Amino acid sequence: MGAGMSAATDTSSAERNAAAGESFYRHRAPVRLTHWINALCIMFLLGSGLNIFNAHPSLYWGKYGADADTPFLSIGAMDTPQGTRGVTAVGPWHFDTTGLLGWSKYDGAYTARAWPSWVTIPSFQDLADARHWHFLFAWLLAINGLAYLIWSLWTRHIQKDIWPTLADIRTIPQSIVDHVKLKHPTGEAARRYNVLQRLAYLGIIALITLMVLTGLTMSPGFDAICPWLLDVFGGRQSARSIHFISASLIVLFIIVHLVEVVLAGPINEVRSMLTGRYVVPRDHA
Amino acid sequence: MAQHFTRRAAIVAGVGGAGFLIWDFNQLTLSPGFQHVFSTVEDWTRLNQRALLSGNQLAKEYRASDISPVFKANGTLDPGGDDYNRHVSENFANWRLLIGGMVARPLSLSVAEIRRLPQRTQITRHDCVEGWSAIGMWTGVPLGLLLKAAAVAPGAKYAVFHCADNLTGEPAKGGQQSPGQYYESIDLVDAFHPQTLIAYNLNGKPLDVAHGAPLRLRVERQLGYKHAKYVQRIEITDSFASIAGGRGGYWEDRGYEWYAGI
Repeated sequence: MGAGMSAATDTSSAERNAAAGESFYRHRAPVRLTHWINALCIMFLLGSGLNIFNAHPSLYWGKYGADADTPFLSIGAMDTPQGTRGVTAVGPWHFDTTGLLGWSKYDGAYTARAWPSWVTIPSFQDLADARHWHFLFAWLLAINGLAYLIWSLWTRHIQKDIWPTLADIRTIPQSIVDHVKLKHPTGEAARRYNVLQRLAYLGIIALITLMVLTGLTMSPGFDAICPWLLDVFGGRQSARSIHFISASLIVLFIIVHLVEVVLAGPINEVRSMLTGRYVVPRDHA
Repeated sequence: MAQHFTRRAAIVAGVGGAGFLIWDFNQLTLSPGFQHVFSTVEDWTRLNQRALLSGNQLAKEYRASDISPVFKANGTLDPGGDDYNRHVSENFANWRLLIGGMVARPLSLSVAEIRRLPQRTQITRHDCVEGWSAIGMWTGVPLGLLLKAAAVAPGAKYAVFHCADNLTGEPAKGGQQSPGQYYESIDLVDAFHPQTLIAYNLNGKPLDVAHGAPLRLRVERQLGYKHAKYVQRIEITDSFASIAGGRGGYWEDRGYEWYAGI
């Protein structure tokens, strides 16, 4: 049995032999369910996370970090001869981000806030309520993620469908060329995840794990339970910064993921994640 | 047939998803139903952390070289008012810490008396709910020692800290409770934790006004707003429902979690 069969281990041989243009059962129910719960959680966690970030819009490296210490990233409003401007500072560089970061409109009036109202949950600035949303969906994300990991390892979904084989690794250069040319696999090759897909999915699993661990490291209660987490991440403020950077990488993943869904055929792709059935794209030849 | 079903499913999901995105989260946030969900999540977090902290683990203690060059002061920076200003001018010689409520032996201690009691010094990290952290060296009397001396009555559950600062700007009047008066509460697990102090020194010097002179609470496994400053009175009770907004603290009455271990 070729590696190409691995994506549909629990389907009948008739389905596995589905030719191009026919559908086969690609995503099993636990994958579909955890995928959508995960998507919902991440949307709420990003929105509420940015509202929380707004309460102290500076990031530091190390064990401590507050107003008198030097941040490596900060977003704020600054009074200038041209009026108030939004300023985003990354290391020594300052960018005017008026209208988006630091100084943006809420309810028709400009207000000083790091991230604008249209990306935060809730849209009004409220640390207490943003934290409520964040912890509600953090629990859901962690439980959902744990269920996914246990199921995926148990059924060998990760080992077979996501973990790249040595043969996959050798196709990385070709796969990069194919992706740049927006050439998507067809026929038999479309029945399994390509190597960049596999690496991207492993990456998102790793990033979400990192989000949970750095999030826990920010909890003074959890730090008393697992003080070694502070050493792993280089201190609480480093953990907070890694939390923010990982969240940014997750946003990057989502953008690439959605672009690929659109390019690969949005109806077929979205349908497969809803019903499980995926139509094998025909060869262009 | 299969094509029909799947296309319809995709359309329904698409419309549902779009509708979800424009859902008014602000309304949901403020709805009683969701506020109830949020408090259930808070309870769930507290129960989990308490179960994992059943060994009374200590918060991490740091080296002297880890101390923040500047320890940020936040919240009230000067309680002001005639009473507090008089205490400042007297160098807190007449400041009393009262311990009462559900105790067998109510106490009234001067700052000098408290300084003569067994002390603990610890270098710990202060995490503000806003996100920043500062590391400082605190010296004070373990709260547990004071509570043992006062003999907590059976059935008591909480220590409530009444403070001299009023965040709405109204000058404090001898610990009298008013809507903006700062107060906090912790359960007896935290009250008897070895790192929970009534602190009087920061980095080897008596607390300055901005950091809570003359006495403040340190409760190291929780966020900064639990660390009440300008403490005048500790009330041992089995319920804080009748105090101010009834949620156990100034910030709790304004929507923040009572359990601030996360």
